Amino acid sequence: MDENGNIDASLLPGDVDDAKMVSMYKYMLLTRALDAKILSLQRQGRAATYAPSLGEEAVHIGAAFAMRKQDFFVPNFRQHGMYIVRGFPLDRFVLYWKGVEEGDAIPKGFNGLSVSVPVSTQIPHGAGIAYAFKYRKQDAAVLTFVGDGGTSEGDFYEALNFAGVFKLPLITIIENNQWAISQPRSRQTAAKTLAQKGIAAGISCVQVDGNDMLAVYKAVRDAIANAKNGPTLIEAVTYRLSMHTTSDDPTKYRTDADVAAWQKKDPVARVKAYLAGKKQWDDAMEQKTAEEQQKQIDDAVAKAEAFKPDPRSMFENVYSFMPEVLKQEEDAAESANFWR
Amino acid sequence: MQMNMVSAINNALDIALRESNDVVLLGEDVGKDGGVFRVTEGLQAKYGEDRVIDTPLAESGITGTAIGMALAGLHPIPEIQFAGFMYLAFDQLVSHAARFRSRTRGTLTVPMVVRTPVGGGVRALEHHSENPEVLYSHIGGLIVVEPSGPYDAKGLLLRAVHMQDPVVFLEPTRIYRLFREEVPDDAYEVEIGKANVLRSGSALSIITYGTMVQPVKNVVEKKRVDAEIVDIRTINPLDEATVLASVKKTGRAMIVYEAPLSFGAGAEVAARIAEKALYELQAPVMRVAGPSLPYPFPAYENFATPNEKRIGDAIDKLLSA
Repeated sequence: MDENGNIDASLLPGDVDDAKMVSMYKYMLLTRALDAKILSLQRQGRAATYAPSLGEEAVHIGAAFAMRKQDFFVPNFRQHGMYIVRGFPLDRFVLYWKGVEEGDAIPKGFNGLSVSVPVSTQIPHGAGIAYAFKYRKQDAAVLTFVGDGGTSEGDFYEALNFAGVFKLPLITIIENNQWAISQPRSRQTAAKTLAQKGIAAGISCVQVDGNDMLAVYKAVRDAIANAKNGPTLIEAVTYRLSMHTTSDDPTKYRTDADVAAWQKKDPVARVKAYLAGKKQWDDAMEQKTAEEQQKQIDDAVAKAEAFKPDPRSMFENVYSFMPEVLKQEEDAAESANFWR
Repeated sequence: MQMNMVSAINNALDIALRESNDVVLLGEDVGKDGGVFRVTEGLQAKYGEDRVIDTPLAESGITGTAIGMALAGLHPIPEIQFAGFMYLAFDQLVSHAARFRSRTRGTLTVPMVVRTPVGGGVRALEHHSENPEVLYSHIGGLIVVEPSGPYDAKGLLLRAVHMQDPVVFLEPTRIYRLFREEVPDDAYEVEIGKANVLRSGSALSIITYGTMVQPVKNVVEKKRVDAEIVDIRTINPLDEATVLASVKKTGRAMIVYEAPLSFGAGAEVAARIAEKALYELQAPVMRVAGPSLPYPFPAYENFATPNEKRIGDAIDKLLSA
């Protein structure tokens, strides 16, 4: 799908119909609305540091729709749309970004990990989970994410290398949003593409337009279909329209003109144009959806804000048992009223 | 059956692999080669290449992959060939193994046992004689165990494999083949987080673990001193109660360990004694440890590691204080 929402119908995946496209588009809108809400909460001091996903929604929604229920999701920290599509409770998602561990608690059957802040360190976990699937002869694949900056880390290569040697059902998506905080993609590697890093590990690799939801969808679907034969590395070329996190000021290192050029390639607008062209979407639907989603988001925020942290939960989830020495520290803090 | 520590650990791993299909071993040269110290000898032939896994040479990759296996419900036992190479895996242990349970409030856990040889005394190359027990203990979330002999090694390892926590299992290289002990063939567990009073006494308490247990025992025997020897066995979490009970009884405390003196296990034990048993002390707490420097090359290691003479002199000094 190009920037104006035109598609080459011969490339459209057979299992994508209009209804599915509408559903995907709604998730894009929800992701973007929630993103804006948490950013706003952070600016009001009601959320902790937040990493917006603005401009990268096609990667997350395209990949999430390509996955089967049994496939497993190993994030870093920006795959908000993936959490939402896969049914992570929105209030818990908000809670996480309010800086509360209880928001990182994984619901049963979610088939995914918690947020991983140190970039690329989660990819070996993906390899290990993929090993477990293969070992147990389970028909399931693991989908991991890493940024362009993260591909410079050793764990990125170590995990791809393991996955190649053991032919693991591991799919790694490089979410190449052009910026690792202040440093451009050209500062990460002299390699022409990030996808080609898979060649050194002897695994399949492909580069797609990360602002084209259908391209991401197809690449992930193909990789899942091939997962029993081994891993795939997918470079999704996209752009971070917003800041790295709320503590970052992108005007220090890039121009408005750079950003404007990518705004024209907005991944959400092009899906809307496509659907509108097919008479599957109009402004009234957009308005109605926005209202419904805002309600959903407000409810989630209200629930998250009602949460009261219990300091005991810090102590009681460190080991499978409570060591006597740790218990002493917990009891001492409580009896001295440090938590009141 | 009489076993040295290598055969006791091999036997424990054999039992663990037999007990559950979820248990897998992985590491460099652990399969065909049986490990560079032959601790995993014969296990790949018995359990197959997908359960005793020869991996690429990458410590962070081994540990990170093991964490993923554990998150997916397996119970991996990765081996890091030497503790000096485990710094490459440090981030995975500290940033993830130690934190998953806490960050997800118990919804994701990392049941695994990372084994690695530690300590000097075998004239090995640089990086092959490290004593990193405190590095892993300081974090919170990792259990750190260091056995001092074959019986404890087997029992502690089996206990570790039955827990739902990440355990760093440190195996003193020097003791691997140093002596044999009677070790039952069947499965048994030695409690983790519980110190072992090896010898009861009333004149002083010597708190020690791992490689220093043997020289301490030898000195106490030779000098015929009425010392209480406490082998703490688990560095983290520390069995404070056993240490304090002993020190309150004897009034004199010495901590003996091979790792560098400063910021070591001795500091932690001494601080707890100072906080909770100061008025029962008849003399200042004493530490006997390696010097506060990077572990030396083999030609110098005998000048660095605490030996029987140093321990004996320290006992004389503490008893006369």
